[in-house]
Amino acid sequence: MKYQSQAVAKPYFIAAIGLFLGQILFGLIMGLQYVVGDYLFPAIPFNVARMVHTNLLIVWLLFGFMGAAYYLIPEEAERELFSPKLALAMFWIFLVAGAATILGYLLVPYATLAEMTGNNILATMGREFLEQPLPTKVGIVIVALAMLFNLSMTVLKGRKTAINLVLLLGLWGLAIFFLFSFYNPANLVKDKFYWWWVVHLWVEGVWELIMGAMLAFVLIKVTGVDREVIEKWLYIIIAMALISGLIGTGHHYYWIGTPEYWQWWGSVFSAMEPIPFFMMTLFAFNMVNRRRREHPNQAAVLWALGTGVMAFLGAGVWGFLHTLAPVNFYTHGSQITAAHGHMAFYGAYALVVLTMISYTMPILRGREANSRKAQVVEMWAFWLMTIAMVFITLFLTAAGILQIWLQRIAAEPMGFMAAQDQVALFYWMREITGLVFFTGLVLYIVSFFIKGEEARAS
Amino acid sequence: MSSAFTKSAARNIFYGGAVFFFLLLVGLSFDTMQTLPKRDNRENLSESAIRGKHIWETRNCIGCHTLLGEGAYFAPELGNVYTRRGPEFIKAWIQSQPTGVPGRRQMPNFNLTDAQLNDLVEFFKYTAGIDTAKWPPNVEG
Repeated sequence: MKYQSQAVAKPYFIAAIGLFLGQILFGLIMGLQYVVGDYLFPAIPFNVARMVHTNLLIVWLLFGFMGAAYYLIPEEAERELFSPKLALAMFWIFLVAGAATILGYLLVPYATLAEMTGNNILATMGREFLEQPLPTKVGIVIVALAMLFNLSMTVLKGRKTAINLVLLLGLWGLAIFFLFSFYNPANLVKDKFYWWWVVHLWVEGVWELIMGAMLAFVLIKVTGVDREVIEKWLYIIIAMALISGLIGTGHHYYWIGTPEYWQWWGSVFSAMEPIPFFMMTLFAFNMVNRRRREHPNQAAVLWALGTGVMAFLGAGVWGFLHTLAPVNFYTHGSQITAAHGHMAFYGAYALVVLTMISYTMPILRGREANSRKAQVVEMWAFWLMTIAMVFITLFLTAAGILQIWLQRIAAEPMGFMAAQDQVALFYWMREITGLVFFTGLVLYIVSFFIKGEEARAS
Repeated sequence: MSSAFTKSAARNIFYGGAVFFFLLLVGLSFDTMQTLPKRDNRENLSESAIRGKHIWETRNCIGCHTLLGEGAYFAPELGNVYTRRGPEFIKAWIQSQPTGVPGRRQMPNFNLTDAQLNDLVEFFKYTAGIDTAKWPPNVEG
C-alpha cells in the first residue's frame, strides 16, 4: 500500500463480502419459494425475501464501490486521502443504517415500517429497489455526499488522471441520480418514468463509468501496460456506454403509458448498448496479452478477464436478447427479465467489485499477492460462481421462453399460475445451481483464511 | 487502437457525447411530459385511486407482482387485473388470503378495511385505463 489512508478500504470490502453472503442466502430462500410456495411462510413472505435480496445486492455493491474509491483515488492522486476519519465514520454510519434497514424489513410489517419512518410525510417506499425507508434514503445521500467531498478534495489537491476523474464523475452521477428516488408522483406513468432515472441511469449509465475506472485501474496494475493506452480505451468505452445508454433508457418506455416513439429511440440506441461491453472484453484480453510483467496475483487477472466476458454476456447479449420493442412486447416482465438481471449484475458489477477486492486485499494485508494455495481456492470460487451463474441464467431463460409461449402466444393462453406450474422443472434446476453458486461463495470466503508461502512474480 | 487516435480525442468524444445525448434525453423527456395527458389516464386518477396507490406501495405489492410489466415475477401482472377479474373478485381474493394450500405460493393477508379495498380497486381501475401501446399481449398479462 502506497498511502496509509488507503487502509480504510478494508472494512468496506469485508462488509461487502458479508452482505454478499446474506444476499445469496435470501436468493436461495426465494428460489425455493418459487417451487415450494409456502416455504417459510408467513415468517418470510416472498416479497420480504426479495426486498432483502435486492437491497443487500445494492448495498454490498455500494460498499464495494466506496471501498474501491477510497483505495484507488489516493493512489491515482498520489497523496493521502483528505480525511480517513470521515471515511471510517461513514463506513459505520452506512453499515448500521444498512443493517437496521434489513432488520426492519425482516421484523416489522412493511406498512408499519412505512408509518414509523415518516413515509406519510414524503412517500418514497414500496417501489422496486427503492423500498428503503425515508431515513435510509436520506442516510444514503449523506454518506454519498461525505464520500464525494472527501474524494473530491483528495483529487483537487492531487494528481488528476483519467481514471480518478472518471471514477469521481461516476460517483457524482450515482449520488445525483439517486435524488430522483425522492420524487414519487401519484401519476403512475410519471412515477415509473422517473423511477428509471435512478435505476437505468445507474446501471446502464454512471455505474459503467465506475466499473470502467475500476477495471482500468486493476489492468494498469496487473499488466504494466502504458497508462496512455489504457486511459484511451477507458474513454472510448465509457463514451460508447453513455452514447448508447442515455437514450437507451427508452427501452423501458415501451409499455408504461409513454409515447410510442420510444419504441424506435429505445430499440435503436439500446441495440448499441452491447458495444461498450464488448469493448470491455476486448480491452481486458488485449491488455493482458500485451502485459509487460507477470503479476504474482493471477487470481486478480482471472477476475478482471471474467468481468469483461461476463459483463458482455449478461448485460450485452442477454440485454440485446429482449431489448427490441417487437420482442420486448412478449418478453416484458417475464423470467427473461430475471435471467438478464442475474447475469448482468453478476457479470458487470459483482465481478468488478470482486476484481478490485482480489487485487487490493492482499496488499491491504501487507503482501503483493496471496499464496499459490489461496489463489487456487480463489480461482475455484471464481469458476464455480461464474459457471453456476451461466446455468442459472440459461434455466431462467428456458423458463421464460416457455412461460411466454404458454401465457402470451399459445392459441389458448394459460393463466399466470398455470404457466408457472408448467415451468417448475427449470426453477428446480435453477435452485440446485444456486447451491453450486453458494458453494463457490463459501470457497471464496475460505480463500481469505488460507496461508502458505507468498506468491512471487515469475 | 492506432496512435493517430489520441487519448484527448477519446476524452472529447466522451464529454461531447455524454453532454449531447443527455440533453437529447432531457428534450425527449420534456416532449413526453407534454404528450402524457393523452395517454396516462390522469382524468381517472381520483383521490381514491391516489390512496389506493399508497396502499399498493406500503404493502410492497411490487415485491411479488408486476405492474405494467415491472416488479417481481412471482405473482400475476396487476396492471390489467381490473379488466381480467373485475372489482368484486379482486376484493374477495385479497380478503381470502392466504389460501394455506400446502406447497402453493402464499399471499399474506393485509387486513385491509372495506374503504382501503375500494381505494385499491380504484387504483387498479386507473392503471387498467393507461394507454400501454396494447401491452400485455392478452388479458392473462
